[in-house]
Amino acid sequence: MKLKNFVIMFITLMGVWLLLNNSLAVPILLSGLILSIIIPFLFCKHCEVFTYLKFTPKSMWYTLLFLLTFLKELLLSNLDVARRVVTPSLPINPGIIEVKTRLKTKIARIVLADSITLTPGTFTIEIIEDSLFIHWIDVKSTDVQEGTKLIVEKFEKYLEVMYG
Amino acid sequence: MDKEIVELIGGIIALIGSIFLLLGSIGLLRMPDSYNRIQAGTKASTLGTMLSVVGTWFFAPEWFGKFIILILFVLITNPVSSHVLARAAYHIKIPLTPKTIVDKLKERQLIDPERSAYRKKVKTQNK
Repeated sequence: MKLKNFVIMFITLMGVWLLLNNSLAVPILLSGLILSIIIPFLFCKHCEVFTYLKFTPKSMWYTLLFLLTFLKELLLSNLDVARRVVTPSLPINPGIIEVKTRLKTKIARIVLADSITLTPGTFTIEIIEDSLFIHWIDVKSTDVQEGTKLIVEKFEKYLEVMYG
Repeated sequence: MDKEIVELIGGIIALIGSIFLLLGSIGLLRMPDSYNRIQAGTKASTLGTMLSVVGTWFFAPEWFGKFIILILFVLITNPVSSHVLARAAYHIKIPLTPKTIVDKLKERQLIDPERSAYRKKVKTQNK
C-alpha cells in the first residue's frame, strides 16, 4: 500500500462525503474523517491504478484541456447520433476496426477506452495488448494507421502527459 | 421576476436533455443490431442525463454537491457498462447486422486463436 494511493483515496472519499452532506458541521466532518481513513486502510491493497497519476502543473493543464476536448466531442457525438436516428434512411455504415495505442499504463488505457466510447460513433469492444477493437457506426477507413489518427490521437496527446 | 427567469433557463436546459434522451430511445428502436443500439443508447443517455441534472440544479441550487456526484457517476459508469455489454455480446457471438462492412476482431481471432479462447478459458476456470 503506497501512501499516494492512500491519500488520493482519502481525498476522493472525503470529497464525496462533503458534497453529499452539503454541510461543514463538526459531527459530519468528524464521522467523514474517520470513515475516509478506515476505508482506504481496509480496501487500498489493490488500488494501484492511482500510482500513475501525476500532479505537475503541466499535467493539470492537460487534464483541463482533455476535459474540454472531451465535452466538445460528447456534444458532437450526440448531435451526430441524433442526426442518424432521425434520418428516415438510417445512414449507418458499421464495422469493427482495429487501432493502436502508445499508452502503457492501465489507467491511461481505461480513460482512453471510455473517452472513445463517448465520442462520435465509436465505442470500444475489446482491448488486446496494444490494440483497441472499436465498433464504428460509420467506418471511414479500415486501415489501422488511418483509424488511429482519426479516433485515438486527439485524446492520446493529453493522456500521455497526464499518466505517462 | 429574477427567480422566474432562472427557472425558465433551467427548464429549457432540462428540456434539451430530455430531447436527447427521447432521440436515444428512438435510436434504440430503429438501429438494426445490439452494437448499434448500444451506440445510440450510451451517448444520448450520457448527455441527456447530464443536461437534465444541470437543468434541475437551477430549481434547487442547494443540491449542488449531489448533482456534481450524479454527473460524475453517470460519466464514469456509462461507458464502462456499455463496453461490458458490447464485449459480452461479442463473445457470445451475437450477430452483427448484414450492413457491417468490416470485422477486424474476427480476423484477429482467426490469426491468433489463443485470444479467441475467452469462453473456453472461462469454462475451464469454472471446472
